[in-house]
Amino acid sequence: MSEHFSDDASDITAQAADWLQRREFWNWNEADQAALNSWLDQSLSHRIAYTRLGAAWTRTARVAALKTHGPRSNVAESLSRSKTFFRLAAAFALVAAVGVGVASYFQAPAEKTFATALGERKIITLADGSRIELNTNTVLRAQLGDGHRHVTLVHGEAFFDIRHDAIHPFSVVADGHRITDLGTKFLVRAQSNRLEVALMEGKAAFDAADGRMKSPIVLVPGDALVVSDNQIHTMQRTAKGLANELGWRRGMLIFDNATLGEVAAELNRYNSHKLVLADPRTAAIRISASFRTGGTEDFSQLAHVLLGLKVEERNDETVISR
Amino acid sequence: MPHRSGEGPSASEVMAWFAREVLPLEPLLMHFLRTNWRNSGDIEDLRQDVYLRVCEAAQEEYPAQVKPFVLATARNLLINRARRERVVPIEAIADPETLNLPADVPGPDRTVVARDELRRLQAAIDHLPPRCREAIVLGRIEGLNGREIAERMGIAERTVSEHLAKGIAALAEILHGQNSLTEGKP
Repeated sequence: MSEHFSDDASDITAQAADWLQRREFWNWNEADQAALNSWLDQSLSHRIAYTRLGAAWTRTARVAALKTHGPRSNVAESLSRSKTFFRLAAAFALVAAVGVGVASYFQAPAEKTFATALGERKIITLADGSRIELNTNTVLRAQLGDGHRHVTLVHGEAFFDIRHDAIHPFSVVADGHRITDLGTKFLVRAQSNRLEVALMEGKAAFDAADGRMKSPIVLVPGDALVVSDNQIHTMQRTAKGLANELGWRRGMLIFDNATLGEVAAELNRYNSHKLVLADPRTAAIRISASFRTGGTEDFSQLAHVLLGLKVEERNDETVISR
Repeated sequence: MPHRSGEGPSASEVMAWFAREVLPLEPLLMHFLRTNWRNSGDIEDLRQDVYLRVCEAAQEEYPAQVKPFVLATARNLLINRARRERVVPIEAIADPETLNLPADVPGPDRTVVARDELRRLQAAIDHLPPRCREAIVLGRIEGLNGREIAERMGIAERTVSEHLAKGIAALAEILHGQNSLTEGKP
């Protein structure tokens, strides 16, 4: 940025806004920070303008927790990771799988276990350039090398970005099912007797690991699949719905028209300090919101300030009631 | 009078004080400036000058009473400027002491304030130009970064930057109360 000593207020405001958006939305390194500091040091007016914009921007964070649903905002999309998801999934039910087939089991050569703690994320890069991103509280066992590309998602959630190799297919086993990639990006989440698979790019085959399905389901981009109570449901998701589903990769949880109960359950996956909704009516309140994965406090603040709910801090939990 | 007693507060301390004590007075200050200065094109510059003087003074010592200090600073500034430009009779610049300023009413409870703020933000976002609004919504509410916004909107990253910067400045105007877009609505 060129040296600029203009006293023109709107000019200074524009520069401050540019710095703020750069820091907020783009790669930001130490050199950028140094450049910003030197701009701020140039004049007290710079500092004031930057502080003024920053203060307003911070206030938008508090209210940004509620999404806009005006007729002019095109952000409405009513699918979320949760009950809504499941209800719609059920409505589009395609398969109730019962069948007999032949299982092909693999033998594990060398096994390695990867795990994340509550709130932790981890990226595993494989020798072939494939990447696996583990979300919070996840355990994944991998049999890799020597031509093997097999992993087992013991529990939790992982995003897979896999280089296709027809000779050495990559497969994920989770909750008794196997996903075999045909060159893809996909998400697998296995949690309390419920398995979700969503495919972002490429193609993958989904099969029961014990071969009881007659034939695998081939997933194409936008497909989402839920297995629960031995029922398999598939549905199409929009690009945006899938992007929301992957918000955690940026440390964000994004909800569209979800209940407080669902939001709290999601946040609780990431934090040891748990959110507890005292009664079903409170848990049923619907919101559209974005939170940082560590945003337990943002949630209770939203509940208190915007929804007028009671918030009570106990030892390692926050209880929210009407 | 401010006295010099060694080192004053640091720049960041002054800025924290400014955000906490002075910025909430912006609607009042803008009301004062608009009522007493005819040329609306000068208002943003005047506001900046008031803030600059107030913060310069605070670097020496924080004023005991912020609101009277800010308004007195504004008034002095207008008087000096009127003298220089010989445009407004000085008597015409109201003394904040006697001015019929919005009274300090006890605030409504925080829930109401926050809902009000939410409405303001909604109105603020709705009043942004469409592409600018889209960039802000994607960035602030959907949590996308600049590159992702560019991809989603199918526009150049440079243009995304411009939309975001414009949106940030416009939101500040509204949230700090220069343009009460929701005023007059039920």
